[in-house]
Amino acid sequence: MSSAAGPEIDRLIQLLARLPGLGPRSARRAALHLIKKRELLMAPLAAALQVALDKIEICSTCGNIDTQNPCTLCADPRREDSVIVVVADVADLWALERAQAINARYHVLGGTLSPLDGVGPKELAIDALIARAHAPNVSEVILALNATVDGQTTAHYITDLLQGANVRVTKLAHGVPVGGELDYLDEGTLAAAIRSRTAF
Amino acid sequence: MEWIDSGIVLGVRRHGEANAIAELMTRAHGRHLGLVRGGAGSRLRPVLQPGNSVRAVWRARLDEHLGHFVVEGLELRAASFLPVSHAVFGVTHLAALCRLLPERDPHPAVYDAVVAILDRMHDRALAGAHVARFELQLIAELGFGLDLERCAVTGEAADLAYVSPKSGRAVSRAAGVPWQDKLLRLPRFLVEEEPRTAPSPEELADGLALTGFFLGRYVFEPRGQAAPEARAHFLAAVLQARRAAG
Repeated sequence: MSSAAGPEIDRLIQLLARLPGLGPRSARRAALHLIKKRELLMAPLAAALQVALDKIEICSTCGNIDTQNPCTLCADPRREDSVIVVVADVADLWALERAQAINARYHVLGGTLSPLDGVGPKELAIDALIARAHAPNVSEVILALNATVDGQTTAHYITDLLQGANVRVTKLAHGVPVGGELDYLDEGTLAAAIRSRTAF
Repeated sequence: MEWIDSGIVLGVRRHGEANAIAELMTRAHGRHLGLVRGGAGSRLRPVLQPGNSVRAVWRARLDEHLGHFVVEGLELRAASFLPVSHAVFGVTHLAALCRLLPERDPHPAVYDAVVAILDRMHDRALAGAHVARFELQLIAELGFGLDLERCAVTGEAADLAYVSPKSGRAVSRAAGVPWQDKLLRLPRFLVEEEPRTAPSPEELADGLALTGFFLGRYVFEPRGQAAPEARAHFLAAVLQARRAAG
């Protein structure tokens, strides 16, 4: 159904409604807000979108998104070259960077193996990872993949392929999240936490 | 429309921000898809993992609609499979095999067999044998059953050692010797009522080669598909485990 605002604004609403978390109603609200704050918000947003569109590149080394290639993380000489953290998606890389948990190199696979979605090894950046892992200065590959059957199938698949590389393959621990109450955790997570218990 | 059934999660696909489309192998309603509200959320994601058993309530206005599932976890096995390579490849492979069945076509025997295999998936010695026997059962469910009861040449029921790749019929050891290079080897665990002792790595490889041959010929090739990648990895993982165990 078209609004009373004209085709250009309808088009804006339609495009906004395609964004994650926005439906037609919230897209209308966002469009109206942008129109009301035309100079303050809409113009800078349009300019930022144009700059991002022009400059954003996929890093040819790790698959990260940046405005330079190689990306800032790959070009940073202070990062440890001997450790590669393998993540499924750029969002996972950003999450690990927010946590400041590790100062290593990354490799973004672009997803996980998923027969239901038709994602096989060829659709993921696995060959590039294997090539990177064979570099003489790499000593550890950390598989920071989701604790799902698809994520761990991918992890085991990569582990098999890394048999020939002289690297230690590790994975993230599974267990009780911070703030998690045992009573509300699923049995599988509890069992994994018990299995991976550490000395206090 | 509404029904309640027990099911095994075969796969899940995110649908929008919070929901998911779950694919279940149900006992009375076959392989069935449905939308799970909140299926992408933290509460239901551990439940909607392949290999878990759930109680599913399916509701839709019309039978042909996708419909909604309300699921409750009954047996959450998936978490215990995650660190075990043959188990995750096994679950992925079983799900791929179940996808060969048409949607909404009841196959209670397949459902029962999948549950039985999943319950015994941690037994490294027998997991390969169970999956090979399941492949044989699936070939039969799809209408291409092999005749492994009697020798195609002599009619004897004892000492069956080969299968003809042409006819899919068993051949006894004595009758098959002259053509043994052209025949597929039939390991005993495929014809036993229930495998009691673990097959050797060679028997396991023979068994999966046999089922793989007929799955390829009758199922994958006519559909223009390749065998699931997880199958080769499952075979490699169980063989590795069997050889490590001696």
